[in-house]
Amino acid sequence: MDTKVQHDSAAPMIELRGISKSFGPVQANKNINLKVSKGSIHGIVGENGAGKSTLMSILYGFYKSDSGEIYINGKQINITDSHVAIEAGIGMVHQHFKLVENFTVLENVILGMENSFLINTALNNARVLLSELASTYSLEVDPDALIEDLSVGHQQRVEILKALYRQADILILDEPTGVLTPAEADHLFNILRNLSKEGKTIILITHKLKEIMSVTDTVSVMRRGEMTATLETSKTTPQELAELMVGRSVLLRIEKDATEVGGKSLEVHNLSVMDKRGVTALKNVSFHVRKGEILGIAGVAGNGQTELLEALGGISPATGTMKIDGEEIPLHDKGSDARSRREYGVSHVPEDRQKLGLILDFFAWENIAFGYHHNDEFNKNWLLMDNRKTREIARQEMAKFDIRPPTPNNLVKNFSGGNQQKIVLARELEQNPKVLIVGQPTRGVDIGAIEFIHQKIIELRNKGVAILLVSVELDEIFSLSDRVAVLFDGKIIGERITEETNESELGLLMAGIEDGPEEQPAMESVA
Amino acid sequence: MKNLPKWIDLVLIPAINLFLAFMISGLVVVYIGENPFRAMQIIINGSLGSAYGLGYTLYYATNFIFTGLAVAVAFHARMFNIGGEGQAMIGGLGTALVCLFIDWPHWTIALPFAIMSAALFGAAWSAIPAYLQARRGSHIVITTIMFNFIAYSMMVYLLVHVLKPKGQMAPESAKFVAGSNLPSAHDIFGWFGMAFPKSPPLNVTFLLAMLACFLIWLFIWRTRMGYAIRAFGWSETAAVYAGISPFKIIMVTMLVSGGLAGMMSINSVMGEAERLLIDSVQGAGFVGIAAALMGRSHPLGVFLAAVLFGVLYQGGAELEFEMPAVSREMIVVIQALVILFTGALENLVRVPIGRIFMKLNAKQN
Repeated sequence: MDTKVQHDSAAPMIELRGISKSFGPVQANKNINLKVSKGSIHGIVGENGAGKSTLMSILYGFYKSDSGEIYINGKQINITDSHVAIEAGIGMVHQHFKLVENFTVLENVILGMENSFLINTALNNARVLLSELASTYSLEVDPDALIEDLSVGHQQRVEILKALYRQADILILDEPTGVLTPAEADHLFNILRNLSKEGKTIILITHKLKEIMSVTDTVSVMRRGEMTATLETSKTTPQELAELMVGRSVLLRIEKDATEVGGKSLEVHNLSVMDKRGVTALKNVSFHVRKGEILGIAGVAGNGQTELLEALGGISPATGTMKIDGEEIPLHDKGSDARSRREYGVSHVPEDRQKLGLILDFFAWENIAFGYHHNDEFNKNWLLMDNRKTREIARQEMAKFDIRPPTPNNLVKNFSGGNQQKIVLARELEQNPKVLIVGQPTRGVDIGAIEFIHQKIIELRNKGVAILLVSVELDEIFSLSDRVAVLFDGKIIGERITEETNESELGLLMAGIEDGPEEQPAMESVA
Repeated sequence: MKNLPKWIDLVLIPAINLFLAFMISGLVVVYIGENPFRAMQIIINGSLGSAYGLGYTLYYATNFIFTGLAVAVAFHARMFNIGGEGQAMIGGLGTALVCLFIDWPHWTIALPFAIMSAALFGAAWSAIPAYLQARRGSHIVITTIMFNFIAYSMMVYLLVHVLKPKGQMAPESAKFVAGSNLPSAHDIFGWFGMAFPKSPPLNVTFLLAMLACFLIWLFIWRTRMGYAIRAFGWSETAAVYAGISPFKIIMVTMLVSGGLAGMMSINSVMGEAERLLIDSVQGAGFVGIAAALMGRSHPLGVFLAAVLFGVLYQGGAELEFEMPAVSREMIVVIQALVILFTGALENLVRVPIGRIFMKLNAKQN
């Protein structure tokens, strides 16, 4: 299927012909054809494992395709490694930034491109170029700031600047908004629009259909290694794209019935946390969650969400009080570790499944017992664990949660992100918790799995479990939670009933604009 | 790199490493004007070709099994215990104290106490670095290696000033009480009416080492503590999330590790020397690191690697005797090459082999 776009005059900027690539028995890309015209923004959507990243890695020279040809600006190029790709004008902004944390912006930009014996020459040249780029594309970053002091959004700008400094005409962005706040994402899209206006060609890989709709000119859908459709964005709908991605119709928003809400199950009063640098990350946070209720914690990432989850999950110490069904639980020192938290009936789905929730080099069945390995069900006697039974439990839970492949004897690192998340969820939900703490349950998870994960969380709520949901995705907060509290600068600055609020009201709270009449003019000026 | 099939990881790569090590050793032998194939033959024959050679080979292997297991256990928690040397030395002190001052009626009664004492002393010697790591973050590599020197100096002091019997010249303890002498391979074979030469120091501790291999396997892969140790080794942050205490893991792992290193002295001090010598370990602590690396921290792998190093030690001694041109230092070079290729340079072969395998696999499909 070929693209038909408005600027179809000359040869396409990028053309892929019959690209195929397999890893062992898995065919990651099957005969892929794609044309992207110069100066357009082209989106690629698809579930995890659909082959998007493989295709882009081939274009960027990380992998070599088994067959097929690549044309850049009408010229066939054999991209053997990323140097060739850079020479050809291709730049890539990875999902996980590749920056040296304790270098300045300038030093990062010139890294590998110093081109002179003395570093100062290169730095000065880069400084001039950077200020030009900054004004052309509204890519402002302080060139002398250290990367570690920059926000995630700014770090991403540095990545884009790095690519532009290497004279990239084609920019590939892999899930660029995964770590950004809504405002930062909007700013990124403005930058992308500016770049395309200046004739740069952009490929945007994402899960988020909303982004595709708002920023791209054309969009391709990938499913199971094949490119199933290439469409003009203006002539399609999110619903159509979602169906093309998953291969069946999906619910973009979960239906949820009103439930009977019980008594307060989780009560938190004056919770404060100091982070590792001695900065107060949470200040006197108080809230409660009733049985059969989901309290959503909204907010821009980095406003204390991580600390809140870690304090409640028993990972880091805190002050204040925490009660489960009226019983007070220690927040620091003895009995405040994650194991005793589980014994009180608190399950925790952490926001970072790879760093916290799973041991990637363990088998799936070993991860099913992780954190609960002291429970009788996983043990034969006082000394030995019952591996056979754990495998059997894993097999059942994996079937129940539709985890693919459903083989317990598979290392967790070999599962896709969505399936890894389902493993964590299966483990935590199957323990019949009184309270469930969930952080970013669908980060980096594909649409089909999001629907499933949301359903499971709703099911648990309907069973009468108190659920605290921390998410930076407003959509998720809206579709799941019964009440919303907004976290800003370590404080809860507002609380709403989900049905009685809207995105713009929460957006203001997330930006730190508090309730109260005197704030009214500010609201208007922002709106 | 994607996962390689187990047989490549566990069999092919070590085999190629070994082959490379022998090839370069062979070049060294050629360089000094000797026939490398004859040298190889002498090594194999001298170490495995006779009951006599085998007795020595397995005696050395027993030492390396204990120190190798010690390093392997710590590796599972991502800790590099290079203090096996010192821990084994202090373990020897523990063994000696039990065997010097109590008049044991029979070795079967002396042995359990000696094992406990050796393990306790070895563990105690690793406890200080472990505590410093767990509470203060002092790097275990630095502290354990420093503790090797402290242990050596302490042994010199004790043997020269405290444990040396009056009127004796050599800095070594008195001979242990007769009731603590362990049966040698000669004795054991004798019970079944079989012959085994008298001089090789192989003794009942070899069986103990095999038992230790099994128990460590059980500990690492079948117990909750082993599960927690492996989880901690892969990811400390995830371990904390799961309620596993890093302090506890570091302490337990290092105590087990030190205890195993200490138990080496059952073989060398109680089984062979039957007195405490100033250097009862003779580098076995460091060979243990190579055995653990080559054995991929698996007890069976450690066992096989330990036997290989036993072959090199015994075969090397034979070579030195048979080929006068090959000096003692040359033997050390050959052993070092094997350690270098199987341990430190392991990835040298792994990456290209992995690549070749991927290509072959892709072609098949």
